[in-house]
Amino acid sequence: MASKSININLKIWRQKDAKSKGQIETYKLDNVSTASSFLEMLDQLNEQLINERKEPVAFDHDCREGICGMCSLYINGRAHGPASKVTTCQLHMRSFKDGDTIYVEPWRSKAFPVVKDLIVDRSAFDRIQQAGGFVSVNTSGRTIDANATPVPKHDADRAFEAAACIGCGACVASCKNGSAMLFVGAKVSQYALLPQGKVEATERVLNMVRQMDDEGFGNCTNTGACEVECPKGISLENIARMNREYLFASVK
Amino acid sequence: MKLDSKIPEGHISEKWTKYKDHLKLVAPNNRPKIDVIVVGTGLAGASAAASLGEMGYNVKAFCFQDSPRRAHSIAAQGGINAAKNYQNDGDSIYRLFYDTIKGGDYRAREANVHRLAEVSGNIIDQCVAQGVPFARDYGGLLDNRSFGGVQVQRTFYAAGQTGQQLLLGAYSALSRQIGLGRVQMYNRHEMLDIVKVDGKARGIIARNLLTGELERHSAHAVIIASGGYGNVYFLSTNAMGSNVTAAWKIHKKGAYFANPCYVQIHPTCIPVHGTNQSKLTLMSESLRNSGRIWVPKKIEDAEAIRAGKLKPTQIAEEDRDYYLERRYPAFGNLVPRDVASRAAKERCDAGYGIEANDTNEGVYLDFSSEIINKGKQTAYAQGNHNPSEEEVIKLGKQWIEEKYGNLFQMYQQITDENPYETPMKIYPAVHYTMGGVWVDYNLQSTIPGCFVAGEANFSDHGANRLGASALMQGLADGYFVLPYTVSDYLANDIRTGKISTELPEFAEAENNVKSQIDKFLNNNGSKSVDHFHKRLGHIMWNKVGMARNEQGLKEAIREIDELRKEFHENVYVPGAANELNTELEKALRVADFMELGQLMAMDALQRNESAGGHFREEYQDSEGETLRDDVNFNFVGAWEYGGSDINAETLHKEVLNYEYIKIAARNYK
Repeated sequence: MASKSININLKIWRQKDAKSKGQIETYKLDNVSTASSFLEMLDQLNEQLINERKEPVAFDHDCREGICGMCSLYINGRAHGPASKVTTCQLHMRSFKDGDTIYVEPWRSKAFPVVKDLIVDRSAFDRIQQAGGFVSVNTSGRTIDANATPVPKHDADRAFEAAACIGCGACVASCKNGSAMLFVGAKVSQYALLPQGKVEATERVLNMVRQMDDEGFGNCTNTGACEVECPKGISLENIARMNREYLFASVK
Repeated sequence: MKLDSKIPEGHISEKWTKYKDHLKLVAPNNRPKIDVIVVGTGLAGASAAASLGEMGYNVKAFCFQDSPRRAHSIAAQGGINAAKNYQNDGDSIYRLFYDTIKGGDYRAREANVHRLAEVSGNIIDQCVAQGVPFARDYGGLLDNRSFGGVQVQRTFYAAGQTGQQLLLGAYSALSRQIGLGRVQMYNRHEMLDIVKVDGKARGIIARNLLTGELERHSAHAVIIASGGYGNVYFLSTNAMGSNVTAAWKIHKKGAYFANPCYVQIHPTCIPVHGTNQSKLTLMSESLRNSGRIWVPKKIEDAEAIRAGKLKPTQIAEEDRDYYLERRYPAFGNLVPRDVASRAAKERCDAGYGIEANDTNEGVYLDFSSEIINKGKQTAYAQGNHNPSEEEVIKLGKQWIEEKYGNLFQMYQQITDENPYETPMKIYPAVHYTMGGVWVDYNLQSTIPGCFVAGEANFSDHGANRLGASALMQGLADGYFVLPYTVSDYLANDIRTGKISTELPEFAEAENNVKSQIDKFLNNNGSKSVDHFHKRLGHIMWNKVGMARNEQGLKEAIREIDELRKEFHENVYVPGAANELNTELEKALRVADFMELGQLMAMDALQRNESAGGHFREEYQDSEGETLRDDVNFNFVGAWEYGGSDINAETLHKEVLNYEYIKIAARNYK
């Protein structure tokens, strides 16, 4: 994996705070190793800006291994950039060429207002989870033995695949309607597929969908962009399953 | 102050049960009058906040991330241990207890570890009831795998994302309490000091990271669950934001800090690629179930590989040195982490490293044998008793993908190499810190009313943590220990009433934080925070890393002391106090790492023995194994802050009494 060094041009969204108007700024960055991750490239830019006594670019990030869901970024018009099934922190500069111009923007969605530069407010996701994304079991440890209720492997595997969602919001950012149906569908599906989640299935789907609507997310028109851009490969089937759950719950 | 570990009387298997039965309670109608603060929302913090909220206390929880779901517990890959004995291979509470004590190189407290083993089974029950989708077999029952340092299969897992699934489980319990109004959640807040009133922990000063505003929050008890301090090395497997600040601030206000020199260097991480690297990525220990670790037997082969003239697949079987299998036949590739890491360092120092970076540091983790083995097994299970080589390899790769798919994908993303075809390159990296705030059996620090849970405390892993035990400890502390011991403490507070944030102690703490922030912003230095953090990391890795010696540690203490002064004089922090300012956040964290780093070196210097993750070159046997000194160093080293300066720390000793396990040399051969 021989790495080489490239020079790039960056067009980055700068916005002082939630109230200010933002604009695209242009930066030139030389000697970027193709073995660096995209965020390491932004670190390098920030080091350069600090040395020039300019304000560094604010962006969200934490684990830098694709699991915490904190990093975001719209890169060249795509959520998490050009590679498929990766988050921005796992995107590497070998995906770019010497002399490339790279556009970096925040998630754009009504329900995710910009906080500063590339950082947005995704707390709407937390509130949807608080509305019903749980099993109402107390934390006593005095439940039944973990193996008392066998779960068919097929169902357990499907539940796990849905639960692999990292809550990054790429689905919302990629959707022309700003819909959160993939996120909510994944959470509803995880519980709907497991016996532990069945008891509250009706209330859960109604409460979570109501909260989703209250937060200002758009509706789903089946374009499938969310599935394409999801870094964890969450399937559209989860939206279909949520719709079934919602229908059953509504006519009960 | 004399250290009182408050270990209850009685036989070890009954201590916790009997003790719990006699702890004081707070009646349900009194609980809403009592406030509890929880700092951190990883497994320990989220589970504690959820449990206390559910009991009816008025809980405030804080995290620096934009959501509690992002705490770094989420990145744990391999699994969680529990003494369920579902696999019928002889596991028991005693064996988990024994393995943990032995794995920790006999430097952990027996009573705490036994309690951890006792509640381990309940954790799995609890998580399944919450809808955590653990891996299952075709009968619908839970699957298990093996981890380092044990000879049973007691690790529960969810692909390579066990930490994620457990954290999202705890987050769901926390979310439920937030929705019910019993927990108030403060996202994007960082605790910058603790407030003591009449000697007791009564609140915190937190900075709202969005607005920069300093906030005063009062409570009757404060729980610190802010994780470990591995980022003192700059490069580690920790998240970028992981920091020691909450734990360090309470240390400076009177909480003793125990065993800071015990750091876990994880053997299987992706090697360093270059100077702009920001963090290191772990490849789960579970891979050592299937992967065999080797370097070339001939030094010229290693040189040719580094020069790009030879590929690992071209090295014949007899020219490979499977050094763990050679040195430790009983445990082989599944020796504990500290042992595996040192063995990798030994081979690379001897010139057999295979990575073409500055230091040639890298060894192979090879799956080719397992692909063949599992391919054959799968073919047999499908009734094909004479499979072709192609079929075997195809089935073997499918088996690997099902077991470790996300890890293989992650490796390929980072390195641009396909680990199904060529062995992974790995090298040890800083991963976990066994040391932390000293706590008694109740998980209470030396500040009354200040409890510490999860990786932030020192309590259960001795000098080395076994794989899949961090998740177990975090959830045990939060779900099953703190609800009892915190209630016992709070029983004396039912008449106290609300703590006012107008007390002078709050004003004083807030002013101190404010002046520290102002000093950074007005410093007008010339170098970035990262510049200093990287230099600190360099000193720590080279002199307080995998192998330490007296001379190096003395140099480290001096160099860190000088670096810290230079940092405060010459760091440049742009921006203002009253806005989102990520450089300011980093500066405040690095200031604490600078002090902690020096204390780690001081602790490593006083510990004239080798134990677990602490390896002193002067103390090893003829085969390079650790030499403990059980006569002079069978104690927990707890440091008290001197009041003015890091050089004025005082060491207190809590002697460890082994009543139930015979202390012995650790042997994995």
